[in-house]
Amino acid sequence: MQDDAALLSISGLRLSYGATEVLKGLDLEARRGEMTFIIGPSGSGKSSLLRCCNRLEEPSAGRILIAGEDITKPGANLNRIRRRIGMVFQSFNLYPHMTAAGNVRLALQKVLKKSRSEADAIAMAQLDRVGLSGHAHQYPAQLSGGQQQRVAIARALALEPAIMLFDEPTSALDPELVGEVLKVMRALKDDGMTMVVVSHEMRFARSAADQVVFIAEGRIVETGPPEQIFENPQVQRTRDFVAQAEH
Amino acid sequence: MDALITQFFNLEIMLKAWPMMLRGLGMTVLLCLAVIPLGLAGGLIVALASTSSSRAVRWTTAILVDIFRAVPPLALLIFISAGLPFAGIRLSPFAAVCLSFFLNNSAYYGEIIRAGIESIGDGQRQAARSTGLTALQTQAYVVLPQAIRNVLPDLVSNTIEVVKLTSLASVVAFAELLYSAEMARSVTYNASPIVMAALMYLALLWPAVRFASSLEHKLKS
Ligand SMILES: Nc1ncnc2c1ncn2[C@@H]1O[C@H](COP(=O)(O)OP(=O)(O)OP(=O)(O)O)[C@@H](O)[C@H]1O
Ligand SMILES: [Mg+2]
Repeated sequence: MQDDAALLSISGLRLSYGATEVLKGLDLEARRGEMTFIIGPSGSGKSSLLRCCNRLEEPSAGRILIAGEDITKPGANLNRIRRRIGMVFQSFNLYPHMTAAGNVRLALQKVLKKSRSEADAIAMAQLDRVGLSGHAHQYPAQLSGGQQQRVAIARALALEPAIMLFDEPTSALDPELVGEVLKVMRALKDDGMTMVVVSHEMRFARSAADQVVFIAEGRIVETGPPEQIFENPQVQRTRDFVAQAEH
Repeated sequence: MDALITQFFNLEIMLKAWPMMLRGLGMTVLLCLAVIPLGLAGGLIVALASTSSSRAVRWTTAILVDIFRAVPPLALLIFISAGLPFAGIRLSPFAAVCLSFFLNNSAYYGEIIRAGIESIGDGQRQAARSTGLTALQTQAYVVLPQAIRNVLPDLVSNTIEVVKLTSLASVVAFAELLYSAEMARSVTYNASPIVMAALMYLALLWPAVRFASSLEHKLKS
């Protein structure tokens, strides 16, 4: 039996774009129901790491287990894997030609083969969960950035993923809209969702994260609870990064 | 002045030519209904092939597109209707026109649709794939609807060109609008049927031209 507490388990992960290696052997575990926070300088490979987790990138070495299933082995059913892993992007990536409800419905109908009315009911429930049931029939262009990101979260949640990956979910937002997205993420955590979050919201990390991982140049420098990483980092590199990020 | 009117705007001649011209117009419309959907379908295939992940497919498509864009459509049509019989392939004038237009239009429509596909950011694809949609579903439901909307004015403009080019069918004796007008001119020794044909093209295309420019305005704003 493998460790039941680790929902996501990454070992020896390597990734190259052409000749440049951007992930140089990463080991990481995200436990069930916990929020794992990833911080690190720009270009350190945080987005690449998340994209590997649902095989939007093809790792050159290493293994990724999700709920015990090896998603990196050849012949893995990618589309089945992907719908168990929710992904939220910095730039929302909502489909602009569909309403909020249409965005949520698409994969329900085309991937899970639900009927239109079934998909509609789920979409409304998920939009309600992120506080947007009143905006179901609006197009992305008619919504604020914060609302768009919440629709994107609802779109991912609708497939009932085992884990949610967030890639800088608030970096593209005006400061006054950041709070509403973080609130939704905190509610998800309270519901017991397993989350991996790449973000620069250090204050949020301190109060919501269970584990913080500091990555630099494609390697994990330090992992620990937020108190350790922010108050008492064990590695000089972490200390420098945190000191410089905190003001 | 009188000579001009009798030669170009002769109502009597126009009335006499009317049934023949109407039949010609019908044939032109029929031709359009065949070659425009064919070209769009071919263009879609060309666009998908030229954005394929396989290099061999992309290169083959690029070469074919180059060839059929470089060969004048009239030369292509004459080659197909006069050249192919030597290879034992005998096509009706209608089929010859359809085939040559298919080859030529697929290349043009394909380039337009490809530009549309390339205008869609990778984020859209990543979002779709991350929810488990297949590559084909992603194209069909996420990329193409946006791509086509982005290049709709170009698609309409190209379609207007295609409609005008159907007059090339007259060289293989297909009795479309211009061919009918030319027939009427040669029996009446009067140019009025040609003017009439021009007016009919205008009536056919003016709404499309207006539509194209209003689309362009809408997309710009
Ligand atoms: N598709 C790609 N092709 C080539 N190189 C890439 C690609 N995507 C990212 N890179 C490079 O890989 C490295 C890691 O990029 P990545 O986006 O994972 O970093 P990041 O930590 O998310 O940075 P940021 O904080 O700026 O988002 C960078 O040097 C980047 O330039
Ligand atoms: Mg990034």
